[in-house]
Amino acid sequence: MAILELSHLKKYYATQKAVDDVSFSIEPGQIFGLLGPNGAGKTTLLRMITGIFYPDEGHINFNGQKFDPENDIQKIGYMPEERGLYKKMKIGDQAMFLARLKGLSHTEALSKIKYWFERLEMQSWWDKKVEDLSKGMSQKLQFVITVLHEPKLIILDEPFSGLDPVNANLIKDQIFELAQKGSTIIFSTHRMEQVEEICDQIALINLGKKVLDGKVSDIRQQYKENLYELKIDRDAASIAPSGIFEPVNQADNKMIVRIHENHTGNDLLRYFLDQNIQVQHFGEILPSLNEIFIRLVHGTNAVTRSFHNI
Amino acid sequence: MNKILLVLKREFLSRVQKKTFLLVTIGLPVLIFGIYAAIFYFSVNSTSSTKIMVVDDAGLFKDTIATNSKDVVYQFTHGVGKSELEQKAKNKDIDGYIVIPAGATLDDQINLITGSKIGIMTRQTITSAIQARLEKLKMDALPISQDLLKKAKTENKVDIVNVNDKNDSGMRAGVSYGVGIFCGILIYMILLLYGTSVMRGVMEEKVSRIAEIVVSSIKPFQLMMGKILGIGAVGLLQFLIWIVLGVGLRLILIPILFPEAAHMVASGTMGAASGPAGDMAGIMQALSTINFPLIITMFFVYFLGGYLLYASLFAAIGCSVSDGQQDAQGLQLPITLPIIIGFVIMMQAVNDPTSGLAVFGSIFPLTSPIVMMARVTQGVPDAVSWWELTISILLLFGSFIFTTWFAGKIYRTGILMYGKKPTWKELIKWALRKN
Repeated sequence: MAILELSHLKKYYATQKAVDDVSFSIEPGQIFGLLGPNGAGKTTLLRMITGIFYPDEGHINFNGQKFDPENDIQKIGYMPEERGLYKKMKIGDQAMFLARLKGLSHTEALSKIKYWFERLEMQSWWDKKVEDLSKGMSQKLQFVITVLHEPKLIILDEPFSGLDPVNANLIKDQIFELAQKGSTIIFSTHRMEQVEEICDQIALINLGKKVLDGKVSDIRQQYKENLYELKIDRDAASIAPSGIFEPVNQADNKMIVRIHENHTGNDLLRYFLDQNIQVQHFGEILPSLNEIFIRLVHGTNAVTRSFHNI
Repeated sequence: MNKILLVLKREFLSRVQKKTFLLVTIGLPVLIFGIYAAIFYFSVNSTSSTKIMVVDDAGLFKDTIATNSKDVVYQFTHGVGKSELEQKAKNKDIDGYIVIPAGATLDDQINLITGSKIGIMTRQTITSAIQARLEKLKMDALPISQDLLKKAKTENKVDIVNVNDKNDSGMRAGVSYGVGIFCGILIYMILLLYGTSVMRGVMEEKVSRIAEIVVSSIKPFQLMMGKILGIGAVGLLQFLIWIVLGVGLRLILIPILFPEAAHMVASGTMGAASGPAGDMAGIMQALSTINFPLIITMFFVYFLGGYLLYASLFAAIGCSVSDGQQDAQGLQLPITLPIIIGFVIMMQAVNDPTSGLAVFGSIFPLTSPIVMMARVTQGVPDAVSWWELTISILLLFGSFIFTTWFAGKIYRTGILMYGKKPTWKELIKWALRKN
């Protein structure tokens, strides 16, 4: 059963359709990537999932039942892209306040805060104020606050921005562990290399509409251009196109070829074997999500749209 | 509800735990009281006096100049030489001297030669004392009986009695005027100070982007109400402290400064008293005839109603700007304006509590907290009828529910809206929009 199911979600502003008929569903324990250029409608979509906005049309099912913002937001942890904390408040008090807003009792909240502060080596921060923290430190605090109440659904909007590689890895490990423990994670970003590394499944949003969704591996298969990389024992420039393939790029003994339709990698290998050319390296090239992203988004008026965000 | 309490608690504690809270709450009134007490004390128990030596060789004054002020002392001598007097004045043994040469008449000019600077008040005192003494002496010389003269000079007593209220004495009107202005100004300041405090709090939450995190846990309305109630609670605490301080200072300071006055109030014998102590006792007496339980209750009713009404409007302003104070100023005007108008009507209402403007101002909910306070102190039902009071309170609380609803709608949209400052038209559109 899907933990989150969106069907035909719409949210229109006066000047534009921020979210226009978006549907997808997320299985429990998944790490789900929500991708899209700036102004695509990601934030509006996330705000509907977190109960901040009500959709104009369509509905959201949470955990198999109709989404009830009043109660269900207790089971959701949301880290918005624009981080925010009370600057003058002590860190311990701050974590306590936000945890209690999520419905934890004082003792529960205290033990959870202690657990997480210890885990991320933040014990000594308790009496400091946020204004004394560096950007990376407050980022860590923000993450802790988001996951403190053990939400079923964790929504992270650009969680790694501003983190150094060490801390980014630390947070990444926590995300994997939370997913293993059964939390579902929605991960909104436009940094594609992170998505490929972390996400099981993605949805790409552009101009308020869903452009594609599915498993990362499936999508890359779907958008592949039958490109293969070869390394042979002689100068690649000597290889002429055949009925099976055509070279796309050649340099020294390496080449990239495109296999014509109705042929497979095996046909290509067989061709080289028959020619008695030694193949030292052979591999399929799948498009990166970045390439797919750019291919799908390029040419739409995605950039201009981000300006008239009401 | 529970969530509102959590927000309320945070707002309350984060403000009360600040050092500035203690400083403002306790330091400020103590300082103000202290300054006033010092001014009062020194003006009543002044020790510096002006010494005037009168060389009355003509026997004009008959060795007395009546004085009702301790500030001036007249010293009568005869036959002291001018150079000796000058020397004394230079040495500041005396502040000045008057020489009446032998053979002077009552119509002659009197010259006061001073060795030091004499203040304008003291000059006035000396001049009028000398004139009064001379007038008296001239009258004594007139061929009419002193009794007749005295009779003619007696002022007739004019007393004003209100048929509806036996306590409505002249003194009391003055005192309730003072209490009315005091309450009105207090409410005026509360509305502006705590209102802008709410506005700044909301703005800070929006600008620091904490608002989005909080509204992913609770409803925006709960956040807004928590903030408004939290700051209101701070205000209430501040008032309780001030009341305790006020009562304490009154109990401790007045007996120290004016032992006679306190004694007279206690024994209830004040009729015969005269002088500053008698005035003080009169004020005390008048204060005690004012219905303080009613005024204090009304004060809290109008404090709460007015505060809640305006705080939600200020919250709506705070949430719609994203660029700090500058942007807020323009939007703030339509809200601060009725407060200022209320203040102006209040100043008029204390003088004429039953005028049409005063009645309107005390019923119209945007001005009623300020204006009604000034009227209520003049007595219910003398200055304000019970139905006026009831309608005024009902309207105030009705409007507070309306503005809170209105502000809640704006807040919902505004708190997450960044970018250009909205116009009032847009704000109203937000309020009317469904979710």
